[in-house]
Amino acid sequence: MPTLEKGLVILHNRLARDFYEIELVAPLIASSCKPGQFVHVKVGGTMDPLLRRPLSIYDVDKKLGSITLLYKVVGRGTELLTRVGVKENIDIMGPLGRGFSLADNQHVLLVGGGVGIAPLVYLARAAKEKGCQVTVLYGAEKRGELVAFERLRKLEVDLMVATRDGSAGHKGLVADLLHPKFLPPKIDFIYTCGPEPMMALVKKYAEENGIPGEVSLEEHMACGVGACLGCARKLKPDDEYYVKVCKDGPVFRMDEMVL
Amino acid sequence: MQSSFNKAGVKEDVDISVDLGGLKLKNPVVVASGTFGYGLEYEDFLDISAIGAVIVKGTTLEPRSGNPSPRIAETPAGMLNAIGLENPGVDVFLKEYLPRLRDKGVTVIVNIAGNTVEEYARMAAKIEGNEGVAAIELNISCPNVKKGGLQFGTHPDTVKEVVEAVKKETSLPVLPKLSPNVTDVVEIAKAAQAGGADALSMINTLLGMAIDIKKKKPVLANIFGGLSGPAIKPVALRMIYQVYKEVDLPILGGGGIMSSEDAVEFILAGASAVSIGTGNFVNPRLALEVVEGIRNYLQEENIRSVRELTGMAVIK
Ligand SMILES: Cc1cc2nc3c(=O)[nH]c(=O)nc-3n(C[C@H](O)[C@H](O)[C@H](O)COP(=O)(O)OP(=O)(O)OC[C@H]3O[C@@H](n4cnc5c(N)ncnc54)[C@H](O)[C@@H]3O)c2cc1C
Ligand SMILES: Cc1cc2nc3c(=O)[nH]c(=O)nc-3n(C[C@H](O)[C@H](O)[C@H](O)COP(=O)(O)O)c2cc1C
Ligand code: FES
Repeated sequence: MPTLEKGLVILHNRLARDFYEIELVAPLIASSCKPGQFVHVKVGGTMDPLLRRPLSIYDVDKKLGSITLLYKVVGRGTELLTRVGVKENIDIMGPLGRGFSLADNQHVLLVGGGVGIAPLVYLARAAKEKGCQVTVLYGAEKRGELVAFERLRKLEVDLMVATRDGSAGHKGLVADLLHPKFLPPKIDFIYTCGPEPMMALVKKYAEENGIPGEVSLEEHMACGVGACLGCARKLKPDDEYYVKVCKDGPVFRMDEMVL
Repeated sequence: MQSSFNKAGVKEDVDISVDLGGLKLKNPVVVASGTFGYGLEYEDFLDISAIGAVIVKGTTLEPRSGNPSPRIAETPAGMLNAIGLENPGVDVFLKEYLPRLRDKGVTVIVNIAGNTVEEYARMAAKIEGNEGVAAIELNISCPNVKKGGLQFGTHPDTVKEVVEAVKKETSLPVLPKLSPNVTDVVEIAKAAQAGGADALSMINTLLGMAIDIKKKKPVLANIFGGLSGPAIKPVALRMIYQVYKEVDLPILGGGGIMSSEDAVEFILAGASAVSIGTGNFVNPRLALEVVEGIRNYLQEENIRSVRELTGMAVIK
């Protein structure tokens, strides 16, 4: 059940130039969250920036009652977040939104680009626990920005990486790895999160191969709970109604949308 | 100043109930239209029946799908919105949402917006007789729809006409919601009074915009949007002060309230009750925290009833 919690920061690391991970003790959220859900974070007590910032749940330690977030500094809110110290509290709302659907014992493919890897790491953990065979394709600008690599390696997933500059793995787009020669023969389900052009390629591959899948979308948010109608999006151009990414999503089925 | 302790040393309870032209509220804090959905969205975070009232999302005669995205943008100490009155229409509201809110004991104020005077009247007629509605707020000030909305709220004659038409169809208290996008808000308030308004709600958002300098385009798909949040608080206070001085109607006041101290400022400026909008997004429990804060303030200041506070700062 969503709640408001003061998360006690127990770890806050800079992983690369603009990438950080932050672990918070937030037992109510940790015990009830599902992969693909997000938390709505109040960064600092200021009136400017005013609104909360949505961040995906990157990893969960159910025993410790903690959640970890992975974020990239892109503006003032995320910049303010970098200044929060260990032992301080941050005000978080969550878990929010509709997460990924996940069945037991499936062969699943996860494709993440940049900070879009965040919800897929928690998903990979949950999938492993459900006896799934998990393959992850992970793309970044360069080697140093493959910030989730270690965590994924420890989860013992089949991991392939791509970097734009070729400093690690395949040189080029992560979507280039969507090829039978790199992939297991049987895939039951595909999940993707990252830049929309990347997700569009993943969706295309899924459709061409008749594989169902889910996509995690972003939209600017105010309330995060479906009340303000600010995060509206048309899933298909001629849909009459707008979905609310915060409440109806952020995860949507590939077959209900156009990217 | 002394706190009002009784002999047993227990803080004496203060009276925080209010009456705005027949709209009786158990406490003077309501949540503003469009910022709290139908209340149900926030149930996990607080007891929505403990809020003075929930003003539901702006309701129209027909369903509306709203404006394209982006619909919101953050601005210094505030935000712009151009939702475009997305809502399922008054019939769906009455059938699907109202019974649920009534069962939960929520005090409901319905916010209505029409394209024509007749539409306002027809909605009021549909609402009449439905158990569980405490009042009607007339959105004559929405800056985000092409027809209706703001155009009604900026001309005294149409304000009077809309209020009159609605009053004919309803026995409920009617609160026109005034737009700050006018030169003389007192003139509009007087027109609302002449039309038979029971109380006034103020203020709606200020028309504004933001530009993305990389894309060299307006940020909002609608180009313009309504500015809300702490940035508009001084404007809201000033307008409430002016209207309180000149017009003898209770005021539901809001605009940028983020704390009980802000709320007390509004009451001192002339509001009988306050509304919280954008603040809900930042702190979903704000409405009830403000109720507690007002109660504490009254105790500390030795004031028995919140009603005594209204307009106390207004210099006659
Ligand atoms: C459901 C969801 C989950 C997310 N998960 C993560 C995550 O795990 N890690 C992470 O680093 N980021 C995530 N984001 C994006 C993150 O919310 C934004 O990067 C953040 O709000 C930017 O705040 P800021 O103040 O630093 O930037 P601003 O100063 O507000 O903006 C800087 C730039 O970021 C863009 N931006 C701002 N907010 C958003 C948004 N909500 N979505 C997309 N772009 C935005 C702006 O358009 C602008 O170009 C997620 C977004 C959503 C909607
Ligand atoms: C996202 C959003 C949607 C709104 N929708 C409505 C609406 O449907 N009808 C209405 O009368 N006012 C609407 N408003 C205005 C608020 O009810 C309120 O009057 C205004 O935001 C000022 O108060 P605040 O600064 O506390 O938010 C909306 C405001 C926001 C931020
Ligand atoms: S952010 Fe308010 S409805 Fe989604």
